[in-house]
Amino acid sequence: MKQVNRLDDGGRINRQTPLNFTFNDKTYQGFEGDTLASALLANGVDVVGRSFKYSRPRGVITADAQEPNAIFQVGSNDASTIPNPRATQTELYANLVCSSTNGWPNVDFDLMGTVGKVGGSAMPPGFYYKTFMFPQSMWMSYEKMIRKGAGLGCSPLQPDPDSYDKLNHHCDVMVVGAGPAGLSAALAAARAGARVIIADEQNEMGGSLLCSTELIDETAAAVWLVSTLTELAENDNVLLLPRSTAFGYYDQNYIGINERRSDHIGETNSNGTRQRLHKVRAKQVILATGAHERPLVFGNNDVPGCMLASAVTTYINRYAVVPGNRLALMTTNDNAYKAAIAWHDAGKSVVLIADTRPSADGFLVKEAMKRGIKVEFGHGIIDVKGSKRVKSVEVAPLSADGKSVSGQAVSYTCDTVASSGGWSPVLHLSSHTGSKPIWRDDIQGFVPGKTEQAQHICGGIQGVYDLSQVLEDGIKCGLAAAGDAGKNVSSLELLAPTVTKNIETPAMALFHIPHFKPTSRAPKQFVDYQNDVTAAGIELANREGFESIEHVKRYTALGFGTDQGKLGNINGMAITANSLGKTIPETGTTIFRPMYTPVTFGALSGSDVKQLFDPARFTAMHSWHVDNGAEFEDVGQWKRPWYYPKPGETMEQALARECLATRNSVGLLDASTLGKIDIQGKDAREFLNRVYTNPWSQLAVGKCRYGVMCKEDGMVFDDGVTACINDNRFQMTTTTGGAAGVLNWLELWHQTEWPELEVYFSTVTDHWSTMTISGPNSRKVLEKLTDADVSNEAFPYMGWIAAEVAGVKARIFRISFTGELSFEINVQANFGLHCWEAVVAAGQEFDITPYGTETMHILRAEKGFIIVGQDTDGSVTPQDLDMNWVVGKKKAFSYLGKRSWTREDNERTDRKQFVGLKPKDPKVVLPEGAQIVFDKDQPIPMTMVGHVTSSYYSACLGYSFALAVVKGGLERKGQSVFVPLADGTTIEAEICSSVFYDPKGDRQNV
Amino acid sequence: MLHIYCPYCEEFREEDEFHPVGEAHIERPLEPEALTDEQWSQYLFFRKNPRGLHHEMWVHGAGCRKFFNMTRHTVTYKILETYKMGQQPSVVAEESE
Repeated sequence: MKQVNRLDDGGRINRQTPLNFTFNDKTYQGFEGDTLASALLANGVDVVGRSFKYSRPRGVITADAQEPNAIFQVGSNDASTIPNPRATQTELYANLVCSSTNGWPNVDFDLMGTVGKVGGSAMPPGFYYKTFMFPQSMWMSYEKMIRKGAGLGCSPLQPDPDSYDKLNHHCDVMVVGAGPAGLSAALAAARAGARVIIADEQNEMGGSLLCSTELIDETAAAVWLVSTLTELAENDNVLLLPRSTAFGYYDQNYIGINERRSDHIGETNSNGTRQRLHKVRAKQVILATGAHERPLVFGNNDVPGCMLASAVTTYINRYAVVPGNRLALMTTNDNAYKAAIAWHDAGKSVVLIADTRPSADGFLVKEAMKRGIKVEFGHGIIDVKGSKRVKSVEVAPLSADGKSVSGQAVSYTCDTVASSGGWSPVLHLSSHTGSKPIWRDDIQGFVPGKTEQAQHICGGIQGVYDLSQVLEDGIKCGLAAAGDAGKNVSSLELLAPTVTKNIETPAMALFHIPHFKPTSRAPKQFVDYQNDVTAAGIELANREGFESIEHVKRYTALGFGTDQGKLGNINGMAITANSLGKTIPETGTTIFRPMYTPVTFGALSGSDVKQLFDPARFTAMHSWHVDNGAEFEDVGQWKRPWYYPKPGETMEQALARECLATRNSVGLLDASTLGKIDIQGKDAREFLNRVYTNPWSQLAVGKCRYGVMCKEDGMVFDDGVTACINDNRFQMTTTTGGAAGVLNWLELWHQTEWPELEVYFSTVTDHWSTMTISGPNSRKVLEKLTDADVSNEAFPYMGWIAAEVAGVKARIFRISFTGELSFEINVQANFGLHCWEAVVAAGQEFDITPYGTETMHILRAEKGFIIVGQDTDGSVTPQDLDMNWVVGKKKAFSYLGKRSWTREDNERTDRKQFVGLKPKDPKVVLPEGAQIVFDKDQPIPMTMVGHVTSSYYSACLGYSFALAVVKGGLERKGQSVFVPLADGTTIEAEICSSVFYDPKGDRQNV
Repeated sequence: MLHIYCPYCEEFREEDEFHPVGEAHIERPLEPEALTDEQWSQYLFFRKNPRGLHHEMWVHGAGCRKFFNMTRHTVTYKILETYKMGQQPSVVAEESE
């Protein structure tokens, strides 16, 4: 296992710590400090994946976030696997396991590759749209085949074993990017006394300095780097975040950062947090994100061995890896000469530098010539030969404008092609907040435009590339940001360290290298590697009428990969501009959106998972319910007993037993979850008059009343019983799920419309435990537990008393949701279990039966009592519910909802109205939610006239029944309706009164 | 994520603590019965959807629970001011917008 491309010394890797890893089932060795990409290149691995559409073999192109090809599935098992991290940004750890994302059956022999080759020219942009359009019904089958041929990673199938968390920060200055610009900005801001956070996506801070051979203050850049980082680390006001990607810039200077705390150590982290999300609200933000190099677009520029010039430099200088033996370089600028110089200095051969400019005499150009490297000015590499690795290049002279080939091509044997078309500022973050990038001809790139944010930029992001200027720019920017954050910077004088400024020859604006043949017939010239978008494809899209860059993108899929067009977008726009005869700024730009690079769901959710994401609420009697075998139902966040099956009992049997026990003797329900709002103040009564539909002026102390609340549009949105505690105090009961909404509703009207009313609202839901005893024997049970007189004469229906129950102070409400004689006992919440157990003991002689929400639903439905949200849906008025009795006719104030009932639409007689349904077959239970029709023989589409809202089998009545809303239903009692089911059968039912049991209400009044 | 100054708490808090409620300064008619259906429906259903300055009501739901008003730019999301219920905005949009 020799690392064939590794140099014997140099680089920022630790040769003392070798690390084994597995790629596509083969084991290799790299060193600590390697990325997955540098380790693969060190081992001479050329093919790392297959392209998406044509399945062409692909190799590593970049050394940064732009990487389109080396996209892997990393992780050894279904729980820890991560789809699509970039190998160029994945730190190597011991025993790392990874495989190519694309390539089936494998990357070296790829079935689809044959298809791609055969189909090559037959797969133009829009190929899928054009080919698989018809018949539309077949798309699903086509899609399955297409998806199998191409893949973009697999999601983990098992729960994530790691833990994640989040931190909130506030700081004066947030610096994104710890290259020379960001570091000097952070240093300046910190010296000015600002609280600074500086984040960088790489394992080491330093950015371009990590692979630089330049001198700062006459010593190696690395020396300045160490002293700067040391000063920052020792300053208590500075937080350094390496391995931390600022993935999003949000409104009002809010930055999201994903810190990878243990991804470089191993697959999972059992000792702590794997990743941490930092949410930073900064007074000032400095973007020092630098620039990305652009590749040039030329024939077969995707053959493994074709790389960015800066990537070649980085692999040599930072990782001590020379990814080949013979290099050909093509460039439009001086900077890329660094790659050839580094290659040559590493002892390998540079066959040629093809410089597209007519001439150049900058410092680096001279350095290259000094080394005897052959430079051909006014030349370009027009084609590459080779399939799994570069074998040779065709080099031809270009016209002065670079748009055509002006002479014979010469072939050069080589195995690596580096190219550079200049640099694109990394302005993604500034773009996130809606700032529109601006094109600058002098640097041939977009820079951040006008912004609403307190944003500063320095260094490469604004086209400042020369190191001496970058360091100066950073200091200026850091001081300005600290000043804007309120720090006194006037007395501070900071000098940039000295760096020799090198003479540079201006770069040439060139993106697309021409071929002898027109683009459409030339060898494939790739623009977007991940989606196999070629220059010919873009030009074809332009010819087919796609001129807006947004349309071109969607038609060709330019920029739609996981790299989001980092590598290819500018070249694609330049090609579009050229083919439309426009300038790049006229062609437009594309907006980058978060995330800058993909962020795991684990990091985004942090510790907000399971019950910390959605808490569960339990009543004080929960343990009793568990001990007594209750099945639970979720109602909002509450866990409510659903029913209490006895051993061997089915749900139906349990419900029948619970219903009959309650109707014939006594049942017990935990009703603690109902919302309770304490309303106080001298105007409390008037306030109730305004929010409830019925009148409250006459409700005496010690009495309760049922009320319905409507929204201003006249539709029912909550109901419940409110008790008059004293003239200035009421206790309102709401539905379990509606409690928070109702409290907010009351506050809304009080604060915005009626602040003159003296009234206060407090939620007291959790203060009380509530148990309802219901049934003919409920009074006998209660009498055993209290000395208070609970006779019908002393304590009539719809009253409440304060009394001691089981030795505990209680409020007893005589209200009924079952239609039976009922008492609702409310005690201080922590006495709930005690009181419940006392009730159960006292009720034993009457065979007291606990029942859950399902029995409650059946019993109330037998009485025709609605459940808001089940029998209503926000489009139902009290009149629709046949509840005119709950509507105040003489109230002085025009209460909420009232005016809307006389709106034309709400007075229609064919509105859906609330009725009962009795299936003809008394054993058949209609499905809830089923649609209702009048004419069962009408062909599809049938006229639907309503739906079933509640439906049960009643053990007490001996037949099935339902509640429903039916158009004009109140006038249709006695008529038949039909419920067609999905299986083709139809159930007939008769419309009847919604009250099935004890219509006169005698049982609750005894 | 907006950074919102609660005029009652008198400090900036994260958007997490707030809920938007809708357009501000919608006054409930004093005599609903005196209105035609059309006038009533204007109050009930019709809301502005401006491109630019918008006066809207928010509630500090996970804070002081107070409702308040905000003037916000719907394109840039810039918050120009927040003010208490019952107060008028000091920044208003040009009529033409």
